[in-house]
Amino acid sequence: MMEDKLSRVAQGIPPSGIRKFFDIVTEMKDAISLGVGEPDFDTPWHIREEGIYSLEKGKTYYTSNSGLIELREEVCNYLDRRFDLKYNYKEEILITVGGSEGIDVALRALLNPGDEVLVPEPSFVCYKPMTTLAGGVPVPVPLQAKNEFRLTAEEIEAHVTDKTKAIILAFPSNPTGAIMDKGNLEAIAEVIRKHDLVVISDEIYAELTYGVKHVSIASLPGMRERTIIISGFSKAYAMTGWRIGYAVGPKAVIDLMTKIHQFAIMSVPTTSQYAALEAARNGDKDIQEMCGAYNQRRRFMVDSFRKMGLDCFEPLGAFYVFPSIQKTRMTSEEFATKLLFEQKVAVVPGTAFGECGEGFIRCSYAYSIENLKIAVERMGAFVKKHTP
Amino acid sequence: MREQILKAIELNGKRTVEDLALMLGNPESEIAAEISEMEKERIICGYHTLINWDKTGVEKVTALIEVKVTPQRGQGFDKIAERIYNFKEVKAVYLMSGGFDLTVIIEGATMKEVALFVAQKLAPLESVLSTATHFVLKKYKDFGVVLDEPVKDERMAVTP
Repeated sequence: MMEDKLSRVAQGIPPSGIRKFFDIVTEMKDAISLGVGEPDFDTPWHIREEGIYSLEKGKTYYTSNSGLIELREEVCNYLDRRFDLKYNYKEEILITVGGSEGIDVALRALLNPGDEVLVPEPSFVCYKPMTTLAGGVPVPVPLQAKNEFRLTAEEIEAHVTDKTKAIILAFPSNPTGAIMDKGNLEAIAEVIRKHDLVVISDEIYAELTYGVKHVSIASLPGMRERTIIISGFSKAYAMTGWRIGYAVGPKAVIDLMTKIHQFAIMSVPTTSQYAALEAARNGDKDIQEMCGAYNQRRRFMVDSFRKMGLDCFEPLGAFYVFPSIQKTRMTSEEFATKLLFEQKVAVVPGTAFGECGEGFIRCSYAYSIENLKIAVERMGAFVKKHTP
Repeated sequence: MREQILKAIELNGKRTVEDLALMLGNPESEIAAEISEMEKERIICGYHTLINWDKTGVEKVTALIEVKVTPQRGQGFDKIAERIYNFKEVKAVYLMSGGFDLTVIIEGATMKEVALFVAQKLAPLESVLSTATHFVLKKYKDFGVVLDEPVKDERMAVTP
């Protein structure tokens, strides 16, 4: 009976391309996975300990809808210290359940029925479904390998219509590892201002860049007033399971986002907020250490793929490598499936992140070097066997 | 580069020059040269193996001994430290601040052996004023490594 009572909008959303893979990999016992989208480090102990202490102290009540005032203040200090971004902790920040909730409430606060949202792809999987659920229309903008998957002004121009309301900017990128440097951002900022678009800038990987410091588009002239920055603690401090993030932006939109958040979520788990407070206050050193470890693995992976003969641009952010597998003449899904069954290595087909991910695979390097070595050895044998 | 090399091998002395070159982004020849230079300068003093002897059949007892000494004129603590660290039973000697002067770490096959060493070799030394011996009952963590079973990767195998 329930089948014909369901939401057509929700039913119309295609299932995540990753799900199928997940089921097969879980069944396979000795498979090595490069499919994980989260850090391999545990949350640093001083942060976990602060969470435990808050529980001991009985801090188990709701907090204000926007989040603990101390946490909001500390996050604003952190953004100023690390990225030279200035936000007022009293009215320009909302603490959210991970970056994901931030994206959801930002879209819901912005979109009217039929509003179009530009979604550069390949990208993290949630932007299109969230846009649809918020009543908007997602418009994929395919990025090019020849540009190292950076977004260009021409690509925006080619997809903008008079219905375009907003653009999602997610750099450093999951799945490609691409970044946008200041020059790249300046080039697109001009077009964004020209078409009067709002930017939802998902900067969850901002702390994980290699050799280049992350620049937020909000720090460019005339962009702060049209940008919502979404970020969080998951990647920088290895805190994925705590589900805590934040959104900062102009008061008007944060107010509306807070209203939605207030009805849908109430407030973020209090334990996570206290742990996050410690992270924002005393976690800079942890970030530096983890980032250093990722960088070593990144070099190792890029070099390994190039030795295999796979085209692989040098990713400067996040913890993914996105090599091309086109020379094997297989589709991404074929490649990933065969690799899993023949060599027991799990990677994610590029198509899981948008159609233009065809011909690529996403390999995470959030694993120990020892683990990565075994994986690339097996992949090397596989590529050799299947290259015509 | 030195600091980066040291950090990379501090917890894994088995890393090959080839791996280090990839991880750090420097040519193998430079890494190898830098390592051998650091070996000569005694910055790198050895490549040991961290063994949890409790899991083997080998009997081993470790003791930490607080030693108070009289420093010697012109030589401070160094001379007496040398007298002590030359015994092969002595695994480590540190000069301390606070209530005593030297920490001496001793390994022996049995408690008796350690006790005899203290009574016969260490305590009678002319400059040694007193000793207090503490036996180690269990090692939880050593050299930054928790000596327990390795932690399983409990992350879900594939996530977006």
